[in-house]
Amino acid sequence: MKQKEIEKSKEYKYGFVTDIETIKAPKGLNEKIIKFISKIKKEPKWMLDWRLKAFNRLKNLKEPNWQKPKYPKINYQDLYYYSAPKSSKNKPKSLDEVDPKLIETYKKLGIPLQEQEKLAGVAVDAVFDSVSVATTFKDKLTEKGIIFCPISEAIQKHPDLVKKYLGSVIPITDHYFATLNSAVFTDGSFVYVPKGVRCPMELSTYFRINASETGQFERTLIIADKGSYVSYLEGCTAPMRDENQLHAANVELIALDDAEIKYSTVQNWYPGDKDGKGGIYNFVTKRGACRGKNSKISWTQVETGSAITWKYPSCILQGDNSIGEFYSIAITNNHQKADTGTKMIHLGKNTKSKIISKGISAGYADNTYRGLVDINKKALNARNYTQCDSLLMGNKCGAHTVPYIKNKNSSSVIEHEATTSKINEEQLYYCNQRGLNQEEAVGLIVNGFCKEVLQQLPMEFAVEAQKLVGISLEGSVG
Amino acid sequence: MLEIKELKASINTKSILQGLNLSIKPGELHAIMGPNGSGKSTLANVLSGKNGYKISGKIYFNGENLVKIPVEQRAQKGIFLAFQYPLEIPGVNTNIFLKTSLNSIRKSKGEKELDSLDFLKLVKEKSSELGIDEKILSRQLNVGFSGGEKKKNEILQMKILDPVLSILDETDSGLDIDALRIIANGVNSSRDKKKSFLVITHYQRLLDYIKPDFVHVLSNGKIIKTGCGELAEELEKTGYKELK
Repeated sequence: MKQKEIEKSKEYKYGFVTDIETIKAPKGLNEKIIKFISKIKKEPKWMLDWRLKAFNRLKNLKEPNWQKPKYPKINYQDLYYYSAPKSSKNKPKSLDEVDPKLIETYKKLGIPLQEQEKLAGVAVDAVFDSVSVATTFKDKLTEKGIIFCPISEAIQKHPDLVKKYLGSVIPITDHYFATLNSAVFTDGSFVYVPKGVRCPMELSTYFRINASETGQFERTLIIADKGSYVSYLEGCTAPMRDENQLHAANVELIALDDAEIKYSTVQNWYPGDKDGKGGIYNFVTKRGACRGKNSKISWTQVETGSAITWKYPSCILQGDNSIGEFYSIAITNNHQKADTGTKMIHLGKNTKSKIISKGISAGYADNTYRGLVDINKKALNARNYTQCDSLLMGNKCGAHTVPYIKNKNSSSVIEHEATTSKINEEQLYYCNQRGLNQEEAVGLIVNGFCKEVLQQLPMEFAVEAQKLVGISLEGSVG
Repeated sequence: MLEIKELKASINTKSILQGLNLSIKPGELHAIMGPNGSGKSTLANVLSGKNGYKISGKIYFNGENLVKIPVEQRAQKGIFLAFQYPLEIPGVNTNIFLKTSLNSIRKSKGEKELDSLDFLKLVKEKSSELGIDEKILSRQLNVGFSGGEKKKNEILQMKILDPVLSILDETDSGLDIDALRIIANGVNSSRDKKKSFLVITHYQRLLDYIKPDFVHVLSNGKIIKTGCGELAEELEKTGYKELK
C-alpha cells in the first residue's frame, strides 16, 4: 500500500470497497423503478400496489426541515434505487456457496460467518447492499416457530403477517423519508416470535452500504406475539467514499400482550473525512408499538457514524401497563451532526417511559437531543423519567437539548433532568499520570459518562461499542 | 535517580519555583516541608509533567532530561504522583481504571498485559497487605469516596503500579490516625534499595511513621534548608518563620 492509502485506511477502519459486480437498476425515482424492484423481488401484486400507493403519496410530501442539521438538496432522480451482488441471483443454500469475496468482506468487518455459528450463538441475517446473502441458525429458530428471514422472503412466504403489520406502526403517509422507504425499500429483516416463546439467541443483522451512490432503504419488521421475548441487534459500518449517501431505513416493532422487544443498534456508517467531506446521511424512522397490555419495548442505540444522523426511535404505549425505554449514546466528532432523540406517546393506563440520552460532541460537531413525551387524556397514572447529559470536548462544538412535553393528564408524573459538562482537564491529567495516553484517557472518561447506556447492550456488543466510543473520538483532544 | 537543576516554573507570568536544586538517590526518602504557597504542589505537578507551566532548568530522571516528556510517558518510566485531591471519574470502575493503567505501563515496557484473573489476584494481595477494604475497588473511581478512602486508594494504586519514584503530595492532610498508619505502612513496605520517595507534607506527624533520609524546607520556590529527620521536629516547634 502507498503511504497515502495507509493513512486513509487508518482514518476509517472499515473504509474499503469490495469489488463485486453489481446489478444496478438505472438511476431515478419513478414507477418503472418501483415495478422493477417489485419484480426482481418476485413480489405479489398487493405489495406492488402498496409501494405505488406510497409513491403517489410521496409526490405531495416535502422533506422535513425542522431539524437542526441542514444538508444540500438531494436530487432523488440522481440516485440508484436498486443494486445487488450478482451472486445473489442464484441464492446460496449454504455458506460454502457464498461468493468468497463477500466472505472476505465480512471477515474484514470482523464477522466470521463460519465461526459465528459455533462461537457467538448469534443468528445473522447479513444484508450486503440491499440483498440478504446468508442466513444462519435457521433450523434452531424454526424449531421454536420463530421466523427470522429477509423481508422479501417474508412477503412471499408469510403474506398474512406482513399484510397485517407492515405499515401499521409507520403508516405509508407518515413523512417524506418513511414514505420514500415504503415505495422503494429493497430488503431488510423480518422477525416473528410466536406466543409464549422466548427467543433463545440474540438476533443480529449487519448492514453495509457498498455500491456507490446507492441509497439504502432497508425495511425491518419485528412482531413479538403474546408473552414472547426477542432481542435484536443491528450494527453497521460502511466503506469510505466521497459522495454523500442517503440511508433511509424504516424499522417497525410490534409487541402484543406481555411481550418484550429489545432492539440494540451500533451505528458506525462512514462519517465523512475530518473536513466534513462525504459521509452518510442517516435519516431513519424507527418506531415501536406496545400494542398489548404489559408489553415492553426498549431501544438502545450507540450512534457514532454518519455525517448527519436524524432519528427518533419511538414508542407508542397503547397497552395498559406498557413500558417504553430509550437509551442513547450519540457521538459526533469533526463536522458530524446529530439530531436524535425519541418520542414516548402514552395512551394506555399506568404506562411508563424512561429516556436516558448521552450526547458527546467534539471538534466542530453539533449534537442535538430532541425528544417528545406526550401523555394522552386517557393515560391515567403515566410516568416518565428523562435524563439528558451532554459532554463537550473543545470549544468549537455544540450541544443542544430540546425536550417537548405535552401533558394532558393531571395524574401523570414527569421528570426531566439535564446536564451539560466539558471534559475535565484535571481528569485527563489524572489518567495521564497513571500511564494512559490522551486517547485512552478520553476513551475511559467517555465510556464512564456513557455507562448507563452501555450497560443496556448485550455483552458481546457492549465490548465492541466501548472500543468504538474510544475510536470515534480519536484525535479530538490535545 | 532524580537530579533537579535550577528548576524554574511559572504559571501565567507568576513565578513559583525559582531555581530549585534537589538530588535523590535510589532507595532514599526525601521529605519536603514548607509554608503554604511555597511551591510544594507545583514541584509535584512539574515533576509529573502537568501542562500549563512555563519551565526552565533540568529534571534528570535516570540520566534522561524529562522536561519535554509528556505526563503519561513519565508515568510509564516509573514516576507516580499520589494526588492531593484525587479526581472523581464517574462511571469508571476503580478496578478497570487500575487495570487499564497497569497494563498501559506494562505495555510501554514491553511486558505482557495482565489478564483479569491475575490482576484481581494482585489487587487482593496488595489491598489486604495494606488493610484496605477491596470493596472500594468495585465502586466508581473516587466517586463518593471519603477523604480518607481517596488517599488510601492513591496508596493502593502506588502499590499496584510499583513505581520507581513515588511523589506523595500532602497525602497525609486530613487523615485520621488509622488512615495515616495505613498510608505510612504503604510507603514503608514499599521501601527498598531501588525505590525512592518524595513526600510533601505540612506536618511532622507523618514523619513519626515514615522516617525520611532528608528533610528539605521549601520557601519562595527554593530549598532554603536541608537536614535529616530532626529538622522536621525542630520545625514543628519553631515554625517556618525562624528560617526566613
